Amino acid sequence: MPYPYHQINDDDITYFEALFPSNRITRKESIKKEYFHDEMPEYGIFPPDLYIEAINKEEVSTVMRYAYQNNIPVTARGAGTGLAGGATCKYGGILLSLMKMNKISQIDYENLTITVEPGALLTEVAEVAQAGGLFYPPDPGERTASIGGTVITNAGGMRAVKYGVTRDYVRAIEAVLPDGEIVNFSSNVVKNTTGYDIKDIIIGSEGTLCILTEVTLRLIPAPKYTWSIIVPYDEINACIETVPKLLQMSFIPTAIEFLEAELLDIVEKHLNKSFPDRNGKAYLIVMIDGSSRKEIEQMINEASAICIESGAKDALICNTDERSTSVWSVRAAVLEGMKADSVAQEECDVVVPRARIADYVKMAKIIGKKYGIRIITVGHAGDGNIHTELLRDEQLSDEQWLSNTTACLKELYALSKELGGQLSGEHGIGNGRLEFLEDFIGKRMYRLFQSIKLAFDDKNILNPGKLVVLEKIDLEGIK
Amino acid sequence: MKIIVCIKQVPATMKVEVDAESGTLKRIGQNAKTNPYDLYAIEAALRIREQVGGSVTALTMGPQQTEEMMRDAYMMGVDEAVVMSDPKFAGSDVLATSFTLFQGIRLLGGADLIICGKQTTDGDTAQIGPAIAEHMGIPHVAWVSNIERVTTDLISVIQKTGSFIQESEMKFPCLITVDKDIFVPRLPSYRLGLATANKNIRFISFKDLSDKNMTRYGLIGSPTKVEKMFQPESSDGQEYINGTSIEKADSIFELLKNQKII
Repeated sequence: MPYPYHQINDDDITYFEALFPSNRITRKESIKKEYFHDEMPEYGIFPPDLYIEAINKEEVSTVMRYAYQNNIPVTARGAGTGLAGGATCKYGGILLSLMKMNKISQIDYENLTITVEPGALLTEVAEVAQAGGLFYPPDPGERTASIGGTVITNAGGMRAVKYGVTRDYVRAIEAVLPDGEIVNFSSNVVKNTTGYDIKDIIIGSEGTLCILTEVTLRLIPAPKYTWSIIVPYDEINACIETVPKLLQMSFIPTAIEFLEAELLDIVEKHLNKSFPDRNGKAYLIVMIDGSSRKEIEQMINEASAICIESGAKDALICNTDERSTSVWSVRAAVLEGMKADSVAQEECDVVVPRARIADYVKMAKIIGKKYGIRIITVGHAGDGNIHTELLRDEQLSDEQWLSNTTACLKELYALSKELGGQLSGEHGIGNGRLEFLEDFIGKRMYRLFQSIKLAFDDKNILNPGKLVVLEKIDLEGIK
Repeated sequence: MKIIVCIKQVPATMKVEVDAESGTLKRIGQNAKTNPYDLYAIEAALRIREQVGGSVTALTMGPQQTEEMMRDAYMMGVDEAVVMSDPKFAGSDVLATSFTLFQGIRLLGGADLIICGKQTTDGDTAQIGPAIAEHMGIPHVAWVSNIERVTTDLISVIQKTGSFIQESEMKFPCLITVDKDIFVPRLPSYRLGLATANKNIRFISFKDLSDKNMTRYGLIGSPTKVEKMFQPESSDGQEYINGTSIEKADSIFELLKNQKII
């Protein structure tokens, strides 16, 4: 294995400075600290040796060709909003920003697709689709994410209940391989059985296999009405046990989110945002899309009746933009609120079969108590991806926090596995969940992961040390 | 304690059509919703009722389709809903509308406290509340951002004007208009919707009012003449400004000055 990597020196810098204008290349000492980490600095802070902004696929290819020949690690980066410590230079090297590759093409109405460069923001793509009367459903909450980042991490989000995840909307990918070759994975076709579906392996590969330079995304007709109900409960179990019943309705709800009242206190205290109801100890927020006023009213009534039958105190209806905003703006603020309310955070992103959500939530609370960690469960109840937030309070020492969270996470992952779930539902492995992966998926599966990595990246130069670790690399030696 | 909340139905979208002849908004057949500012008024009324007891009546003037908005008010928890609807009221400006609502309030036997939203999202005049108070000859405070104290006899409120903060105490009867964010308005309740599905909504027409002077109502009673009403033009043009920070600041200043923004 070609390790240790080549340390970038003046010759390398001179080479790149001749290729890139000075406003798109930054030497190590001048790189801003925000590029050392993503949204979870807890998962590692790594300064790159060189920061380059590419504006087209040819430049990406040039960088990779040189890096491949000279054995330099490269990490591609979009908006840096990931939650797994993925888009960071764990072994130094080049941080290659794709944010200036942000063109969005006209909507292709005949194929119902849109082709975009990876640096375009998710929110911009969604807006272009909406302005064209169409809809791009994936919405992982972080609207300022780059579209490339959402594809390479297979971002999920709450609308997965009805619409699925990012993978379900990617038709074709253009990418640069580690040796600099530009390739296309699939094309603008609806189905494809031309051998292995490598496109679907690329989606969610966290920048370890290739660098996206263009993606073609599927769009769908926009729903005419989107209403929500917020449903207060006196106790968590009845609340969470309603979810499987809502999934048996005559239609599929767009999202079913779960919130504990404690989170509403936190958001109100730190961010001064109040929820329109404070009568429950736990809440479901059910979002529903409909094609006519009559239809959406019927759907809202059906969902409300099921919630009431399942022990809800009421169902409160958001049928205007203002009402929806008053609810969803609080939901969107919970992560920020929890950060403000604790010294440090750790997040468990497991996903379990939807029939087992209630079991998971009950057990997670017990596990948290055992380790003296404040645990808040929140999130996508409708798709089984309940985020389990581990919050550090001031009284815990550094050592206690570290050992307790590791032990607690191990138990939560074991619980997820026992219930038939997975380690990560939508945030990915990155650097943050790396140590837990092999245990979770098993040695045989881990070897398959390593083989896939090597098939694409035989020199292990693309975002090394993320998602999967190659056996022969001495991790300790790198530090 | 008897509270009357004046509310209005407004277009649910920003894309509204204008009647070329009268210069007023075409309301019939449009998707509509309760004026968002009025939801704060309803919330304030319901909280006061919860604190000191009494009843909350929602009052509106508008076409028959406002019934839907009143069902929504019932689902929020108001006790009575009254619609003033008559072709004679059509085309009312601030003066005629406030006079008509004053007549409605008189027909309902008056109120201890009248609450309005600060303004509407379609008319945007923010004058209806104070004008009603003037017709009735009662004190009022507009743009209330906080209710400090309520008893069965008086209310103490905070008004932020931008340059100063004023605290006022008024004995009932009086009127306030409330600013947004005074409270987060509660959402309409499915349970209350079931409970009030068949509850009566009272309709009042011109013939029910005691003052039948036609020159006070509708288009005839409206001295305001709308010359023209149109959608503001929007553009997404971009202009890039180069230079040093000082040059750029000067350029932006000139640009804003030329556009008469500053």
